[in-house]
Amino acid sequence: MAKHTPLYEEHIRLGAKLVSFGGWEMPLSYGPGPVAEHHRVREAAGIFDLSHMGELFVSGSGATDFLQHLVTSNVRRLKVGEAAYAPMCYADGGLVDDTFIYRLPDGFWVVVNAANTDKDLSWIRYLAVGQDVNFADQSKDTGMLALQGPAAESILEPLTPLELTGLARNRIEVTTVLGRAAMVARTGYTGEDGFEIYVSSDDAVPVWRGLLEAGRPFDLIPVGLAARDSLRFEACFPLYGHELSAEITPLEAGLSWAVALRKGEFIGREALLKQRLEGVERTLVGFEMIDRGVPRHGLSVYADGERCGTVTSGLYAPTLDRFLGLAYLPPRLAEPGAQIAIELRGQMREARLVQRPFYTPTYQRKRTGG
Amino acid sequence: MASTIDQSCLYAENHEWIRVQEDLATVGISDYAQDELTDVVYVELPEIGSTFKQGDPFAVVESVKAASDVFLPVAGEIVEVNAALDDTPEAVNDDPYGRGWFVRIRVTDPEELATLMSPEAYASYLQEQG
Repeated sequence: MAKHTPLYEEHIRLGAKLVSFGGWEMPLSYGPGPVAEHHRVREAAGIFDLSHMGELFVSGSGATDFLQHLVTSNVRRLKVGEAAYAPMCYADGGLVDDTFIYRLPDGFWVVVNAANTDKDLSWIRYLAVGQDVNFADQSKDTGMLALQGPAAESILEPLTPLELTGLARNRIEVTTVLGRAAMVARTGYTGEDGFEIYVSSDDAVPVWRGLLEAGRPFDLIPVGLAARDSLRFEACFPLYGHELSAEITPLEAGLSWAVALRKGEFIGREALLKQRLEGVERTLVGFEMIDRGVPRHGLSVYADGERCGTVTSGLYAPTLDRFLGLAYLPPRLAEPGAQIAIELRGQMREARLVQRPFYTPTYQRKRTGG
Repeated sequence: MASTIDQSCLYAENHEWIRVQEDLATVGISDYAQDELTDVVYVELPEIGSTFKQGDPFAVVESVKAASDVFLPVAGEIVEVNAALDDTPEAVNDDPYGRGWFVRIRVTDPEELATLMSPEAYASYLQEQG
């Protein structure tokens, strides 16, 4: 039986085309179609139902130590209201999942991938035995909405007492939205400015409707998983099951900025330290198709006639109007401009390596402003 | 949402349409098919002069969702391809029975046309598909 979020009926009412995703039945796209939804997020704003994501509240006197040991980034450094992207590894350095950890006044809010929620919970429960840490699975009781795009701040501003101009990237505040208890974070997975809003699952429908209503003058539309994928892909944010897996380490995936090797002991550190010293055997690269075709997940990559890697994601990128892909290649071949070929339907199609990300997130471009 | 069915075409079970004009015929995919695919981003068309049997895959349509084979409703030789789809693949979504056509063929065996569905039969077929 497919699982449904509290907003399932809303999606049906809005005419969504549904797709099965990690055990959930979710909107693939709505009326305008994935490409139009993608453009709308880059140019105005889109709202996403992310209530399928898993949320875990971790508290207790040992919570900081526990998480510091669990993930590769430095959780101890987080002040109340700050967040960090946090890969979670096995002892051999392979990825259990990639998570986002927010520090709240009374504990930590850990957001995990929908398809990995059960696996992550078992892993964390196993490691927590005998530790002074409490964790509560909040996934069922939480509605998660993302409001993304250049108009997101203007839409949300009148609906919350929180002063949004003071909420920096990767910060979270406990507040209200449309009079309902909410946590508002300035985070997202689109490459645009925007917010992720956590509410009680009972409040998901009124908050969703209220945001859509308030956003109408700003051309806000609901956006499905297809455009969510093309938006994250252009910004080169990795997706578990594609760029990330138990066989891939964060160093291979280009996430060394989220691996704090100097922070002290953590799961996977020894393997990652060894890999850092000896070098990785494959690295994530971006490429652009010269011949036409969509270089989909799993296709083989060739250089000089020899098979040298595998495509992890490949799409038509609407903002860039090109066919682009991500793949793992040996580092010696990972030179921007290098020619490769993708085997697609029995034919070799020419492609060339290009810089990542394909689309620089807007909030990174204006970093000088703070 | 009910999809459009062009009354001047015959239909195959995989949702291709064929519009016959004497011994030539135009082939494309139905409104139902384009809606199921979502946004079409690329169409790979066959070479002019190539021949196919009835039901052979002759083209690939790449949408945001997936790559799908397109099958020739009756045997034929490709005499023209819609090269405009290279620059405007979205025509398959916007105008599936018009600007979104795929190929023109010379029909090998006109008797095969009798195996296809009329617009009325295709309408019932879509209803059965739910």
